[in-house]
Amino acid sequence: MALLEVRDLKTSFKTDDGIVQAVDDVSFSVDKGRTLAIVGESGCGKSVTCLTIMGLNPRQNTITSGEAVFKDRDLLTLPQDEMRKVRGAEISMIFQDPMTSLNPVHTIGRQLREAVQLHEKMPKQAANRRALEMVKAVGIPRAETRLDDYPHQFSGGMRQRVMIAMALINNPDLLIADEPTTALDVTTQAQILNLMNQLQRDFGSAIILITHDLGVVAETADEVLVMYAAKAIEQGDYGDIFYRARHPYTWGLLSSLPRLAQGAELKPIPGAPPSLLRPPPGCRFHLRCTYAFDRCRTDVPPLRPAPDGSAHLDACHLDETAKQRGSEEILDRITVGGRL
Amino acid sequence: MAEELLRVENLEKHFPISRGIIFQKEIGRVRAVDGVSFSVEKGETLGVVGESGCGKSTMARCIMRLLDPTGGKVIFDGQDITNIKGGDLMKVRRELMMVFQDPYASLNARKRVGSIIGEALEVHKIGTAKENKARVQELLDVVGLNPEHYNRFPHEFSGGQRQRIGVARALAIRPKLIVCDEPVSALDVSVQAQILNLLKQLQRDFDLTYVFIAHDLDVVRHISDNVAVMYLGKIVETAPGAALYERPRHPYTGALLSAVPIPNPDVARARKPIVLEGDVPSPINPPSGCRFHPRCPRFQQGVCDVTEPELVAKDTGSRAACHYPLESWPMSDLRLPADRVGAGI
Repeated sequence: MALLEVRDLKTSFKTDDGIVQAVDDVSFSVDKGRTLAIVGESGCGKSVTCLTIMGLNPRQNTITSGEAVFKDRDLLTLPQDEMRKVRGAEISMIFQDPMTSLNPVHTIGRQLREAVQLHEKMPKQAANRRALEMVKAVGIPRAETRLDDYPHQFSGGMRQRVMIAMALINNPDLLIADEPTTALDVTTQAQILNLMNQLQRDFGSAIILITHDLGVVAETADEVLVMYAAKAIEQGDYGDIFYRARHPYTWGLLSSLPRLAQGAELKPIPGAPPSLLRPPPGCRFHLRCTYAFDRCRTDVPPLRPAPDGSAHLDACHLDETAKQRGSEEILDRITVGGRL
Repeated sequence: MAEELLRVENLEKHFPISRGIIFQKEIGRVRAVDGVSFSVEKGETLGVVGESGCGKSTMARCIMRLLDPTGGKVIFDGQDITNIKGGDLMKVRRELMMVFQDPYASLNARKRVGSIIGEALEVHKIGTAKENKARVQELLDVVGLNPEHYNRFPHEFSGGQRQRIGVARALAIRPKLIVCDEPVSALDVSVQAQILNLLKQLQRDFDLTYVFIAHDLDVVRHISDNVAVMYLGKIVETAPGAALYERPRHPYTGALLSAVPIPNPDVARARKPIVLEGDVPSPINPPSGCRFHPRCPRFQQGVCDVTEPELVAKDTGSRAACHYPLESWPMSDLRLPADRVGAGI
């Protein structure tokens, strides 16, 4: 039994211009100690998927259906006060921007303590001790003195460490990290990814990592879900996505990476993602897909398993030979460009 | 030999830190750019990489004369532009343009795309209104936008399209040099690839020279002929693009390269990453000797913290400022081999 099992998740928002279907029929599961990466361009619904699971969408004008079963409870139907006990204790979240997700007027010691005391009755000193342990665990130097510092006294990388400390302080079973390293430099990114891997080993948490950087996915993910225009278009383990990719959109994402071009021309995906207010008929990717044919413009491709019977799913009308050829081309790029 | 278009000698930009309300007293200096020299030839691209706060953007602004350097020289097309003013500066500015990082903040939300792109033409009094409109529409076409979108506002465009508008604006007065300050870092990979391809194609078509600033090493490698690595206001290594990536000499370059995620899971998981400890120190009180020494895995007491290394030419065509340059690459451990410890410089 998976730790989190999401089935047929749909989220839509009512806006003045009509209904925006932000997540459309997404299913996945995350096991203990594993990392699931959700990949896609901005606006594809990857963040909304996680906000829906956490119950953080605005209550008004949001329509949600499907289920998200976490430890035998469906999070989508859980009452508010029950959900509040889950958030921050059993499931916690790290956000992209460490500059804006900490409260600037409280010391980080106080903010960490608050995270503990919200979920556990504990005297201040004990909570402080827990905060100190956690700050040490995420590798902030001179931890004792830094608890009394305010967020502005920390650098970007250190602030992200504080966020991680806060997220892990109640030893959650599931950590959702929404673009945790996008705002950071490569060296800091390497530090943070290293830290997350190490903490995952130590605490055994499951991680959902939202990112648009396939390099980060290659470094950390066990399972990968590729989203495009609110739909899951391909999912499988990391080998399926990098070495046996079957969807033209996944090929496009990989071909856009400068590293894999090796000096040759980049092959970007033309155009931009469609509006979710009025998504195109048929396959949502057909307007940008160089392989599209008549059927793609009318029929929505279902998410189907690969013929080898594995858990590798893709939603594309292309025939088996075309998919094979495409994935071999990408494999060439990865083996040549993805050397040390 | 190709013609040199831009030459920067010992460029320095220090920002004073002052205290006091009426009687301002200088109590320190932020050494944002502290003695940077390089040259760029016509038609080539110089990539500049470094972590945030290393002074890359300040350097770009000094070249553009958006900031006045506190020392050193900027020589553009044979002319010293470090201290020129008024009409002379206006003339030089017709040849220099910039593309900014944030496509959301760098376009005036209250102006129509046509007047954003055409503004430089007006400022420099080039052409009649009718000619300029035609020119702007031509530019929109060149950067891959619909010329009929002339009258739209920036908010009607996506991030990638806005960056195309930014590029069109930079092209309007047919400059010789374009300084691109992180032009693709706010964009998704697929859109980023579109913009990189566009910049490369424009360089071929209009014989442009770029100074391309970015923190993404893969992006810089893709677009640059030469690359300079900056750390805390100084250049620590410069090299022809391929040489820098295949044979880095400075330990900082090595650490940067090994921190870049590799989009190949088997390789990425098999390697042992070199993780640099700590953060970039403050440029107010930069470390003594080599500025990288507090974070350097090859640090040797008595040498690195005392003597500042000069940029020295290496056999691979690169120049590195390090007392103990890397022996080989790839290395999984940057530490100095035992037989070289204490061997002096």
